[in-house]
Amino acid sequence: MANMTMIQAITQAMGLAMERDERVLVLGEDVGKNGGVFRATDGLWERFGAERVVDTPLAESSIVGSSVGLAIGGMRPIAEIQFLGFIYETMDQIGSQASRIRFRSLGRYHVPLVIRAPFGGGVRTPEIHSDSLEAFFAHTPGIKVVIPSTPYQAKGLLLSAIKDPDPVIYLEPMRLYRSFREEVPDDWYELPIGKARIVREGTDVTLVAWGPMVPVAQAAAESALQDGISVEVIDVCTVNPFDSATIVQSVQKTGRAVVVHEAVRSGGFGAEVAATIQEGAFLSLEAPVLRVTGYDTPFPVPSVEDYWLPDASRVLAALRQTVGY
Amino acid sequence: MNPETEFPLQQVLDENGKLVGDRSQVTDDELKDFYRWLVLLRTLDQRAWNLQRQGRIGTYAPFSGQEAAQIGAAAALNKGDWLCPSYRDWGALIYAGVPLYYPFLNAMGNPVSGKIPDDVNALPVQVVIAAQILHSVGLAWSSKLQNQNRVAIPFFGDGATSQGDFHEALNLAAVVKAPVVFVCQNNQWAISVPISRQMNTKTIAQRALAYDIEGVRVDGNDIIAMYQTLKQMVAHARSGAGPVLVEAVTYRLGAHTTADDPTRYRESEEAERLARREPISRLKTYLQEAGLLSEEDIQRVDEEAKADVEDAVKKAEQYPKMAPESFFDNVYETMTDPLKKQRGQFQASLAQGGVTHG
Ligand SMILES: Cc1ncc(C[n+]2csc(CCOP(=O)(O)OP(=O)(O)O)c2C)c(N)n1
Ligand SMILES: [Mg+2]
Repeated sequence: MANMTMIQAITQAMGLAMERDERVLVLGEDVGKNGGVFRATDGLWERFGAERVVDTPLAESSIVGSSVGLAIGGMRPIAEIQFLGFIYETMDQIGSQASRIRFRSLGRYHVPLVIRAPFGGGVRTPEIHSDSLEAFFAHTPGIKVVIPSTPYQAKGLLLSAIKDPDPVIYLEPMRLYRSFREEVPDDWYELPIGKARIVREGTDVTLVAWGPMVPVAQAAAESALQDGISVEVIDVCTVNPFDSATIVQSVQKTGRAVVVHEAVRSGGFGAEVAATIQEGAFLSLEAPVLRVTGYDTPFPVPSVEDYWLPDASRVLAALRQTVGY
Repeated sequence: MNPETEFPLQQVLDENGKLVGDRSQVTDDELKDFYRWLVLLRTLDQRAWNLQRQGRIGTYAPFSGQEAAQIGAAAALNKGDWLCPSYRDWGALIYAGVPLYYPFLNAMGNPVSGKIPDDVNALPVQVVIAAQILHSVGLAWSSKLQNQNRVAIPFFGDGATSQGDFHEALNLAAVVKAPVVFVCQNNQWAISVPISRQMNTKTIAQRALAYDIEGVRVDGNDIIAMYQTLKQMVAHARSGAGPVLVEAVTYRLGAHTTADDPTRYRESEEAERLARREPISRLKTYLQEAGLLSEEDIQRVDEEAKADVEDAVKKAEQYPKMAPESFFDNVYETMTDPLKKQRGQFQASLAQGGVTHG
């Protein structure tokens, strides 16, 4: 056990996987000597060499497209996209290729590929670097989308992603990289992909969040106690495949739900959560399912991003609103 | 083929300030003006670095060492021609007429830095590597279709040449004979990745062969060579003879951005050696030896640059702060109904210090 940050847990998971399995390799921009722009691959180049920790030319489509080939060919690539916003460069390789190889080949081939990418706001980045794009991939059959929110979750989910036989997009909340530490086992452990996690039990409202919004949801739940509102916080952990059962069960108990995400509102994954709740817990609902999200604009410049991002006070207002309905 | 002899480095002023070529296409006054520009931009760039270190601005991508490549190219354009910059090309933008305080505003997260003055034909800086190269093809093509006689210059780095967008742009421009002068600032590094890992070719200019277009390799730290070559290439493109690929060989003197630590990946020996090739000292030496620049001139230029930059810092710091709700603006020409509703909720929550949802 060691007390570590999320980024350290991620580095450790990759190191373990590379130690255990010679087929695992890491590729991306600046991942080698520099250890990645966030230092996620810090020390791996020294340990495993430039053949397995590969500084690629600057071309995301080539990183993902060649990873698809590497994976079909028997390797276990972990591709890093420097910031999620740059994943648009690879949309064909993900949406039309990685996701469909199994389907297209009737199972003859498959793509055990992990694409890691930092995302989300709160760190004052230039344009494009903060975008939350998980909904695109939740909308892509054949792809799994995992989003950790703590160091412990990060390591266990990444190890599962690396072992997974299908392509997994693993999204790392930038603002949680170093925001807190927790105890993480030194050894290999896996956490299930496709399983939500009850972060805090409660009886009045179900508050659903993922990634960077989990701590925000926890803070709002804590404040809500002062209003006498007992909030059950659920971390979705995987937006594709989505664990609807855990959420539906919770809402059957609480009768109310609020979904929080940083991504823009319209067409966001929150809409999927809300639809799932009304399908599965319609008769339990005491109030409409509310969403607290980013606004339907491009992620704004750093000087005003705090106004744009959902925060605990906005979540708390929604909790009060649903209870007062 | 030996690319290095096929695409010889165009140089007029060597790194010691010795004239090694023909400078007949640039006047003494132009050279003195270039000197002033180089000093101004270096002063600005270093001030930006310091401001970031003091916490007065956010992330900034310095261009020190690349001033001559940027000015030399921008100076070869006519009014009305298009400039398509990356995040590191404030030098070119300012030369083209963008206010001196824009890079500061940009790093302070003020979107006004994206609003290019009406009398300047340039796109706002953008960070997605290589995307603007294709935009420049479209702009030049539109000029051709509308008989506007405009040339477009996209600026991009050595790293950008790995992107599909770069290759697609060269190919398309060659096919439609778009008047584009592609200016690659080969500063040897893409963050931590050296060109030796970025490409297998000895030069970037030689890529022109694959598209059957003109290609040329210039000492990008030699403002005379840059300016004269670019003049020629811009004329070539404007004449309808098709696009041109220019490799401006330069060096990133500083870090990739204020968030980067180059000691992790490059030797200080290299940095020191290549710093000696930087653009300002050689022009200064040349002008001094030619009797075109006195000690007083040097001092005056330095002082004026400092004063102009301080004025720009002040303008940026005093610039009205962006109103929070203005992030709802300019998403569409006419704000959509859902956005209007969201803005209303946002404003109400600001006014009340609380929030409503629905
Ligand atoms: C599509 C895309 N991928 C990755 C990045 C992150 N990134 C920013 S600058 C850079 C290196 C660019 O190198 P180069 O093209 O040589 O330009 P330079 O920074 O040297 O001016 C990278 C990888 C980005 N901005 N856009
Ligand atoms: Mg470069």
